[in-house]
Amino acid sequence: MSNSSDIKLVDAPEGVQGEGFFATKLDSVVGLARANSLWPLPFATSCCGIEFMATMASHYDVARFGSERMSFSPRQADMLLVMGTIAKKMAPILRQVYEQMSEPRWVIAVGACASSGGVFDTYSVLQGIDKVIPVDVYVPGCPPRPEQILEGIMSLQEIVKSESVRRRNSPEYKELLASYNIS
Amino acid sequence: MALETTVIQDKLTDKFGDKVAGFVQQHDILSFEVDSNSMNDVMRFLKEDDTLRFNFLTDICGVHYPDFEKDRQFAVVYHMHNWMDNVRIRFKCFLNGDKPEVDTATNLFLGANWQERETYDFYGIIFKGHPQLKRILNMDEMESFPMRKEFPMEDGGRTDKDDRFFGRTTDNANNNLK
Amino acid sequence: MSDLLLPPEHRYAKQIEERRNEDGSELSVLNLGPTHPATHGIFQNILLMDGERILDGEGTVGYIHRAFEKIAENRPFYQITPLTDRMNYCSAPINNMGWWMTLEKALGIEVPKRVQYLRVIIMELARIADHIICNSVLGVDTGALTGFLYVFQYREKIYEIYEEICGARLTTNMGRIGGFERDWSPAAFKKINEFMDEFPKIWEDFENLLTRNRIFMDRTINVGPISAEKAMSYGFTGPNLRAAGVDYDIRVMQPYSSYEDFEFNVPVGKSGDTYDRFCVRNAEVWESLKIIRQALDKLPEGPYHADVPDYYLPPKEDVYTNMEALIYHFKIVMGEVPVPVTEVYHPVEGGNGELGFYLITDGSRTPYRLHFRRPCFIYYQAFNDMIKGQMLSDAIATLSSLNVIAGELDA
Repeated sequence: MSNSSDIKLVDAPEGVQGEGFFATKLDSVVGLARANSLWPLPFATSCCGIEFMATMASHYDVARFGSERMSFSPRQADMLLVMGTIAKKMAPILRQVYEQMSEPRWVIAVGACASSGGVFDTYSVLQGIDKVIPVDVYVPGCPPRPEQILEGIMSLQEIVKSESVRRRNSPEYKELLASYNIS
Repeated sequence: MALETTVIQDKLTDKFGDKVAGFVQQHDILSFEVDSNSMNDVMRFLKEDDTLRFNFLTDICGVHYPDFEKDRQFAVVYHMHNWMDNVRIRFKCFLNGDKPEVDTATNLFLGANWQERETYDFYGIIFKGHPQLKRILNMDEMESFPMRKEFPMEDGGRTDKDDRFFGRTTDNANNNLK
Repeated sequence: MSDLLLPPEHRYAKQIEERRNEDGSELSVLNLGPTHPATHGIFQNILLMDGERILDGEGTVGYIHRAFEKIAENRPFYQITPLTDRMNYCSAPINNMGWWMTLEKALGIEVPKRVQYLRVIIMELARIADHIICNSVLGVDTGALTGFLYVFQYREKIYEIYEEICGARLTTNMGRIGGFERDWSPAAFKKINEFMDEFPKIWEDFENLLTRNRIFMDRTINVGPISAEKAMSYGFTGPNLRAAGVDYDIRVMQPYSSYEDFEFNVPVGKSGDTYDRFCVRNAEVWESLKIIRQALDKLPEGPYHADVPDYYLPPKEDVYTNMEALIYHFKIVMGEVPVPVTEVYHPVEGGNGELGFYLITDGSRTPYRLHFRRPCFIYYQAFNDMIKGQMLSDAIATLSSLNVIAGELDA
């Protein structure tokens, strides 16, 4: 445990405060909790995966954002980080991994290849993972610097905070999944 | 004493006659052509002869020459290396454009296995006697041999590029996901 | 169970059936990969298991096939460098420099001594970065996370040196035909010197942590061994071959970029097992440090690029003010430069072994054919041979110590 007093706590959500109580929306509390404990599933295939290794190692330390635990099982992960080129041969596997994740689940496409195929406009490369699964945040760069990956995670945190607890029941979300043929 | 290129050339011509031809020094490597039917014998001789001792198969790759005459439209290029005398050698087998077939080298070098599969995957060159000749890098379902010059590089599924501005050509046959 | 996974004609099915008839016991089939966390990139291995012991394995690769060779046939020479970065992304500068040297050999360009020495420095730094990843991750795979977190700090320092030289961290795209895009800044040399002063202590700590660690030794000695004969037949090169006891190193066999000017040893192992591979890489880091030290001490003054206006991009200031520079700039960018019709093979000692570039030119702006001899691709086929009869957890340690880079393997 650090003795430093320089610790930044997350801000409390909007609410009504009085002596001995604090009232706010359940959505905000759950969103706050979710946003600050996103368990990443690193789906690293190539160069960006090496930059993610740097992100999770001591220098950049992704644990500061509540992503301390790498979850290598899709069943227990919240955030799928797709890092690197996804070849067409790999696409069905990526989709299977996404389908195995339980709600709520979010996806970050890290790097140019995962976002759009990048420089590999070729017969064997999937031109962006959003062809097979829905994506929440795109991180540009080839590969992105660890700071950019962290910014991607922070942007996702903003999304997560503002989302409804019952996102999975919303018609938009159902429609989105249906457009990918994911039930 | 280092192995002279003239020695290599003489030994090969003595043994194989007109099956080996076109000796030429390209930068630091002696290269020549081998009749595709004698490929395996030549490689065995290079490997096992007491003077030549090319003990290491560095590389196998294919090349497509669609503009050449029918019998020379494909080439398989072999790089070998003699570690004792530190001499490299390169030889090519030209193959027929309709029926590219050559013997496998897997009986001589275990490492040839995947390299030949890769060459098959890219060019559709058949390696006779290969233990498991199937695609290695691409999907089994793919029907084209992508490295042949007639197949385009680009993927047809990309929607964020306007074909007119990027000089893109048509889709690589039968290679669409979905 | 297993019958459900495999088609009946699969060779495992027969073995399972035989064993069932023999003593009624059940063999199982385990699918390892392609996204298993410990497979370091994406390969699939379908293993036939007798309990924890591996009886047979079948590997599938190609999950990150990006068609480098096809792209290379469609791009002018300068646009191929970014592809080489993305091949072995753990030691990108070695690939970059190898590619420049291939082109220089094809075009018949002599580069100044200073450039050669600078290249040696950057290539050896890249080798250190490569070995840091491989060995520290081997520690992680055998349960020692400390070493990984400790030495990764210093890999960051190497990346800072790259940044100082070319602006990028991982995929460097460094250099030009004939030299570097700019002379190295004093800040770059300062960072290199700092690294040279601090890193030996760190690497010593790392070695102390694992080399004589009982648990680590138990996990790695006699795990995934390969004999020298077999390794050579499989086309092994680099540290993995040297761990089996063959002192084949291209830096010594066919010195390029003035490697003949430096004194260094080629460390070899004996048994070709995981522990030997670990030790050989550790020792190579020390040798690399020795080479960098000598190169820094003997670094000659002089130009940072060869005088080849046909191939070397003119400085940006001149392009804006000088007609001739503008013309050269456009010619080079459009790829309209004179290229002889030739064939050239150039090998360099990459992080994992002999990285070869086989280039066929036809005088046009793009290569007619460019083939990369990718060491990972060639030696990974021995993996199933190496893990036969081993425990499942040993297979992971073996894979980790081979340092297979998926991007290089699948091209």
